[in-house]
Amino acid sequence: MRATATLARSLPSARAVAASVTDPEMPMLTLEDLGVLRGVEVAEGGRVVVTITPTYSGCPAMATMRDDLVHRLQDAGFAHVDVRVSLHPAWSSDWISPRGRQALADHGLSAPGPASRHDGPIPLSFLPTRRSLVCPRCGSDDVDLTSEFGSTACKALYRCTGCLEPFEHVKEI
Amino acid sequence: MSTPDPSHVPDHDSVYDGLLGGDDSHWAFGTDFEDPLAGVDTTVPDGVDHRDLATYCLMLGDDALVLSQRLSQWCSNAPDLEEDIALANIALDLLGQARLLLARAAAADPTVVPALPEGSPAPPEDALAFFRDDRDFRNVRLVESDNGDFAVTMARLLLFSTWRLALFQRLTDSRDHVLSAVAAKGVKEMTYHRDYAARWFLTLARGTEESRRRLVSGLSATWPLRAELFSAHDVEVRVARAGVGVDPSTVADEVDVLLEQVFASSGIDRPEVAPLAGVQRRTGRDGLHTEAFSLLLAELQVVARAHPMGTW
Repeated sequence: MRATATLARSLPSARAVAASVTDPEMPMLTLEDLGVLRGVEVAEGGRVVVTITPTYSGCPAMATMRDDLVHRLQDAGFAHVDVRVSLHPAWSSDWISPRGRQALADHGLSAPGPASRHDGPIPLSFLPTRRSLVCPRCGSDDVDLTSEFGSTACKALYRCTGCLEPFEHVKEI
Repeated sequence: MSTPDPSHVPDHDSVYDGLLGGDDSHWAFGTDFEDPLAGVDTTVPDGVDHRDLATYCLMLGDDALVLSQRLSQWCSNAPDLEEDIALANIALDLLGQARLLLARAAAADPTVVPALPEGSPAPPEDALAFFRDDRDFRNVRLVESDNGDFAVTMARLLLFSTWRLALFQRLTDSRDHVLSAVAAKGVKEMTYHRDYAARWFLTLARGTEESRRRLVSGLSATWPLRAELFSAHDVEVRVARAGVGVDPSTVADEVDVLLEQVFASSGIDRPEVAPLAGVQRRTGRDGLHTEAFSLLLAELQVVARAHPMGTW
């Protein structure tokens, strides 16, 4: 046990453990694939410092992510784990990795397109956001936006007019 | 999975204990929330009065907290499921902003946090939300008024989110790193809120005779509370001068242009209703609120106040 714990006290190992922790609301995504994991460091004495950033200001999953990181790293032999919050730069859906996008699609969720960027005042948009999406179930591009707000802060609701199934789209932000 | 040996069943306090899987920190049953600013540099920038910065954070944080509470009252009462979910989402974003801003206020000047019984586990942002009296809240009165019908709620959300988005865009340049980060994140979220409100405004205005009647009436009921958004309090002027805050009067023109765009598209005239007066010119930013606020605050705080030693 002691040998394993000593062996585990290395940066690559801590990074690998932290990178494998999954999002509590979208468990097909690791925190790394989601772009929430911003850094892993091992300080003097084997203390691990993990930095994460919230997706949305009020995302209730943050507390769970923090707990999961601490427990998984402790199970891997890191006795002291600090989870820190990084507010800047603000999370963007652009940070979801290609592997994360594939995992979303494999689980029936539509991945976000590129987030828009603005200099100066943000123009008002009266029309529903136009996105070129395909239904993650049947591949039809004949889809309707039901709502820009969904079951979690990061998702919009769609329905496919081809297969008639509803699906969720991870919003651009 | 194995069937427990009945002779070794431990004493259970709760029938839910078995669901925890041995991990009693499981989030679904409450977790001890840690500092939302853990690891964030909360040093107050040079030349900034700590009390002013804290008060300013309370102003912006209380706006978000109180509107979040109001919007949450729609939960299970909205016209349809999509709107129910949308309003809850917007409320959640605002609650997240409130939490960060109240935590920032407490970090800038701990003396703004009300004293709790020795050993109370309430973090500073909870102490600020649940244990301050109405006179210590610095929110504008716009956010505390009753929800009214859906049209009133949309008119208010349009006025509020158009104003706050313009303000937060400027606040991203704050010398205070926490405020600039909260603002940058808020801008992304509130773009969705504002567009949602503007679309509903247009839909109600161009919908049926009844929906239009309700919208016009909702807008004129809300309009008297609009002016307060743009009238700069002394604290706002000082933090703006110190480079950490934004003087709200500077966003008035930009907000007006956007509102005119919504009114023109909706075929709605800009209301001509006088602003709601303060008491000896004191308004929400000074801690003077309307009757509706006392009731809202009682509902928000009653459980926490009954259990100051509670862990949630």
